[in-house]
Amino acid sequence: MTTMIGSRPTLSPAARIARMHRQGKLTALLLFLPPALVLFTLFVIWPIFNAANLSFFKWSGYGAIDNFVGTQNYQRLANHSVFHQSLWNSVKLILASLFIQIPLALTLALLIYKKTSANTAFRLIFFAPYILAEIASGVIWSFIFDGDFGVSGQIAAALGIDPFYILADRQFAFLAIITVVVWKYFGYHMMIFIAALQAVPDDLLEAADIDGASRLQKVFYVKLPLIMHAIKLSAFFAIVGALQVFDIIIPLTNGGPSNSTHSIVSYLYTYGLAQLNVGYGAAVGVVLFILCMVTAFSYKRLAMGKGGAL
Amino acid sequence: MKSFCLGAATVLGLTLAGSALVDDVRMLAIEPNVPEGRQYYLDVAKAYEAENPGTKVQFDFLDDTSFKSKLPTLLQSSARPDAFFTWTGGVFYEQAKAGVLKDISTDFTDADRKNYSPSGIQSMSHDGKLYGVPMYAASVVLWYNKALVEKAGIDPKAIKNWEGLLAASKKIQGAGIVPIVMGGKDKWPIALFYGQLAARIAGTDGVAAADKGENEGFNNPAFIQAGDALKQLADLKPFQPGYMDTTQPKAAGLFGDGKGAFYLAGNFLVGAQAQNSASGKGLGDDLDFITFPAVDGGKGEHADTFGGVNGWLVTKDAGQSTVKFLKFLTNNKNQTEGGRLKIWLPIGTNAQSGIADPRLRRIAEDLSKAPHHQLYLDQMLGASVGAALNDAAAQIVTGDISPEEAAALVEEAREMR
Repeated sequence: MTTMIGSRPTLSPAARIARMHRQGKLTALLLFLPPALVLFTLFVIWPIFNAANLSFFKWSGYGAIDNFVGTQNYQRLANHSVFHQSLWNSVKLILASLFIQIPLALTLALLIYKKTSANTAFRLIFFAPYILAEIASGVIWSFIFDGDFGVSGQIAAALGIDPFYILADRQFAFLAIITVVVWKYFGYHMMIFIAALQAVPDDLLEAADIDGASRLQKVFYVKLPLIMHAIKLSAFFAIVGALQVFDIIIPLTNGGPSNSTHSIVSYLYTYGLAQLNVGYGAAVGVVLFILCMVTAFSYKRLAMGKGGAL
Repeated sequence: MKSFCLGAATVLGLTLAGSALVDDVRMLAIEPNVPEGRQYYLDVAKAYEAENPGTKVQFDFLDDTSFKSKLPTLLQSSARPDAFFTWTGGVFYEQAKAGVLKDISTDFTDADRKNYSPSGIQSMSHDGKLYGVPMYAASVVLWYNKALVEKAGIDPKAIKNWEGLLAASKKIQGAGIVPIVMGGKDKWPIALFYGQLAARIAGTDGVAAADKGENEGFNNPAFIQAGDALKQLADLKPFQPGYMDTTQPKAAGLFGDGKGAFYLAGNFLVGAQAQNSASGKGLGDDLDFITFPAVDGGKGEHADTFGGVNGWLVTKDAGQSTVKFLKFLTNNKNQTEGGRLKIWLPIGTNAQSGIADPRLRRIAEDLSKAPHHQLYLDQMLGASVGAALNDAAAQIVTGDISPEEAAALVEEAREMR
């Protein structure tokens, strides 16, 4: 096979087009490619370049974009302690997603992946938080954490202790956010794992049984290796998702106390859009875009096979 | 997400309205604090339509944050409203400079202008041109709960200076009562203290000079002194537990439920403390106020007021009916009605007669007699410097930064503006 491919004569572009025309592919290409290409360029590529361009300007959102400031926005960003904190918070979210959320989801998936009615009920319960809108989750949890009228306040009152205001505490507020993020998304990862586990062939598990493998051995030597592709995919979603957390933070802490709980996106919103520093916000957006791209490509290189195979 | 949908619906609504109707008036308002506020606008619009057949008036409402973040895009698009709500100050100046507003100076004769207080007209003007119509003023005072201060053995009327307030806070704390209720999560309620102190120490002229960058800008000793005074208060730990996770509306409700002795807020608190309280009734006659204490040696006078001026700005290409409607909206009858409904303090010169609440009447009188009225600093300084100021105030109180660092933070934002 390899020699055949290797010996295939290279065609000139014109000859290639002629061959596509003969095979009837050219019409399909001319018909179906432009709409997608135009839309993608218009709504993805162009805004990216536009934002990159905007990040070199100081612009309040009003009037002409003519105040070119070079790399000033990026310099401010590099020196802003709140941005450092938001970067660090995003790292903490990634770590929590990878080392708390995914193991939790995996454990639960292993427990309830078999098709029984009780398992279906559990699956529904565990998946429910994912269906809720992020902003609703934030509002619900802000009520739970509320030490005056909320659930935590009532628990404290029942125990006869002083209420604890976790969202007002600089040290613990972000821990509360991590809890909500894990609670919100573990069901999603669990579903990916359940789908993968159900695709593990029964004969392999039977063979392991016949060989006398224990339950743990079956998990580690049969099931996990066979669903590794799903774990890698899940980890990828977890990392990219953690970089983009926003809607949960705004109702919970709005970035406070003392700007200690911003993620990169809530930082962008607060310092870029809400304060009318659109150029500065664009610079944050560019940094976030680069972070996502670097993560995506390095993850692909490290965790996935050639051609993107999982 | 909710605010996004609301925004999208508003933009769509404005676009549709724009294409369907020609001589209509499209107003973009913020969601009023009290339900009566929304109904008031709709009733005025209906009355105007009845008097002017063929003209339709449409009000769209957005919450504060969505309003502020969507406005720049909206104003520069063809879907812009004919007039929109404004807090005046720095953002208004940006809008005027960007050319998205309409100069309506010639539409207002001297006789027209006499219907409004001079400071109101001045707040809606930039570079000598009038761009909008003032509607109401807000004035910040130090509210107190009569029952609680009596219990603590304090006479608030005897508090004349900052030291007096600090001493009173200590005494109230000693009686096992929370001295001050604070909505720290929103930051600006903390900045009301910082701003008021700055205005008392530097005076309105000093604040204006700092805004222009004169005398070291916000690094001026007056602002560091204001930060020091705020820190003195914060060091007493006078706020309710969890105040940094308490929004301003929730704090108003806590105050209305008798959870603390003092509350620094504008006149709107009369309604808000009742509506947001768990009992739904608020403090009733136990609610009273004193003027914010003076700071010894400060340039600001004790009678100077601090607060906001709000109104409507007219956008470029708005038709004549917009100015006509705004005059109608702010005529004596409607202004008086707004005051009667306790929605706001009318800015019309003869519109105070509707104010039935004696406390609001006193605030309105103080406001009319004030030698200077300092605009809320976060509104005056514009979006980015205003936010830096709110941030700085909150961080002084939480002890994360020193008064010097706070002043430097605001000055840095001012220089970047």
